[in-house]
Amino acid sequence: MVELINPGMSLFAKKPRGREEDDLFHKAEITNVYPMTATEKLYQIQIIDPAARRGFLFKPGQFIMLEAPGIGEAPFSISSAPSRLGNIELCIRAVGVLTRFLSRLERGVMIGISGPFGTCFPVEEMVGEDVILLAGGLGIVPMRSPIMSLLENRSRYGRIDVMYGARRPSELLFGYQHAMWRQFDIGLKVIVDRSEPGWTGPVGMITALLAKRLAQGERSRFGNATNAIVCGPPVMFKPICDMLLEAGLSMEKIFVSLERRMHCGRGKCCRCNIGSTYTCLDGPVFDYWSVLNLKEAI
Amino acid sequence: MIFKVLAAGELEKFFELLVVNKLIGPVERGPAVDGRLLFDFAEVAEIAELRLDFTQTVHSAKKYLLPYLEETGVFVMEGSDWEKRVDYGAHQPLVLFGLHACDINALNKLDKVLLAEPYPNRFYGAKRAAMFIIGHSCRPTPACFCRSMGADSVRHGCDLFLTPLGDDYFVEIMSSRAFHIMESLDLREPTRRDHKRFQEQAKHRGNLLTAEVDATDLTKILDMEFDSTVWNEWGRRCLSCGTCAQVCPTCYCYGLEEVVALDLAKGAKIRQLYSCNLLDFAEVAGGYNFRPESRTRLKYRYYHKHRGFVEAFEEPLCVGCGRCGTNCLAGITVPEVIASVRRGEVENG
Repeated sequence: MVELINPGMSLFAKKPRGREEDDLFHKAEITNVYPMTATEKLYQIQIIDPAARRGFLFKPGQFIMLEAPGIGEAPFSISSAPSRLGNIELCIRAVGVLTRFLSRLERGVMIGISGPFGTCFPVEEMVGEDVILLAGGLGIVPMRSPIMSLLENRSRYGRIDVMYGARRPSELLFGYQHAMWRQFDIGLKVIVDRSEPGWTGPVGMITALLAKRLAQGERSRFGNATNAIVCGPPVMFKPICDMLLEAGLSMEKIFVSLERRMHCGRGKCCRCNIGSTYTCLDGPVFDYWSVLNLKEAI
Repeated sequence: MIFKVLAAGELEKFFELLVVNKLIGPVERGPAVDGRLLFDFAEVAEIAELRLDFTQTVHSAKKYLLPYLEETGVFVMEGSDWEKRVDYGAHQPLVLFGLHACDINALNKLDKVLLAEPYPNRFYGAKRAAMFIIGHSCRPTPACFCRSMGADSVRHGCDLFLTPLGDDYFVEIMSSRAFHIMESLDLREPTRRDHKRFQEQAKHRGNLLTAEVDATDLTKILDMEFDSTVWNEWGRRCLSCGTCAQVCPTCYCYGLEEVVALDLAKGAKIRQLYSCNLLDFAEVAGGYNFRPESRTRLKYRYYHKHRGFVEAFEEPLCVGCGRCGTNCLAGITVPEVIASVRRGEVENG
């Protein structure tokens, strides 16, 4: 009789059972919940293990997988500054099974998070240059992390403009911080599709804000020292990126964050593939040159 | 590589050495509606149940590595807190007896993506490491186009490969554990005549591989023909049922779902194999679907297998086993789809 193979001899099975799927999984507590609009809430989350919390290094634009035991798991962009490490903020719209569940939670609940995953907005490579950030709707959620990162290092950058478009004034996110952003010399312009009583700002498309900004600059500055970050619904990318290219911005300096429904975040489930590029591994942040080479990306 | 010759009568002895483990092999499952004999992989206890003369199993051995449903975590609730327990599901060694070259190459392809750093799939890895695989030369069917995909012979990925030569088996020993087990059997060194018989057998088998796919420049041609009208016709025929992905030995995409026990004391995270042809494959929260039409989903499947995977790993995510075409309810086959893309029209379209 030959006892051929036993799991003990294998590299993987040697790990004691009962361990987590991988070392990226952390138990975390929802330490606070702020309602922001009728459908979105801001969740402050803290990784329980102090060492894991200190070691949770992420870059703006990266995402985590959030798991509510027995309810579901989904990807969420991190909305807070990378300097906060394992104290992260997530802005989440109640729209599916998991997010509706989250919207009913109060602080103190334990969840699981894995990550950080994916590519980032390369803000460190933008030092000394101008940055134009364009967010449509929920696009402000992944955008807030680079905004906070730029704010914390304001002196190292040139002109910074944030253009933010929403459907209605009541759907604007992070409104409580807009005044602060402006005070830190960030040119914030907000536009809405439809006005509501009390709204005094402009009404229209975000492209109108961009056209105004592009009319103010010089072509050589756009070509050599201007970066753009674009986040928003799929319909937004093409017109915005076309305008930026026409103004002279380099394809390698235009960054978009693409949204797909990931089930693993680790390049294994194929759910977020564009062609065969994994949005979770090769994205969610892509430069525009990469996007042009991806069929059906935008 | 080490080559030996095993007398056919010794095969039963070999089987008896291995069957102390859980042993999986090809068995007969009765005739299909069209009279074709169906085979599948199943647990085998007696060598008489083994049908090493099988043409092709309906499902590949993928099901032992990527089960259709797999629990990837259990949550034990304790008040407002919980504990997560993970079990990779590799509790005992598994012997796979009689895999054809295509199915072994399929596992090699899955290894490339599923074991890739930085996030290897440990459920797959644990099961893969606890496997002992015996390959067996095949009888090609008219649907097989493995040669076009470079998957008609095995270079690695199994412990042992058997090729029947009349009354003998030509044995390729590909691992030390296989070498160790074979020591107790009556083996002899191959002669020049055995080498010649091996080549003749390979030639005979090669002649039976009639279906072909022209993969020349396929990554570029797929890009050029992205807007081709042939996709509309294939999309019109495709039922979006996902059968192709279920029988495919290399399809690995999945979906996750979490469930709670009725007593609320436990929860589980369940991985379910999926198919990119299913309607909601690329749907995101809020209902937006990136591939709402049948044609874009079918096209995506071809782009992943024959363009994207090639760019990432220098080989297609297809071994040419032809199972997808054989089992497709709409009669869509890979050779026909790719030929139509090259030609710019669908035959009988």
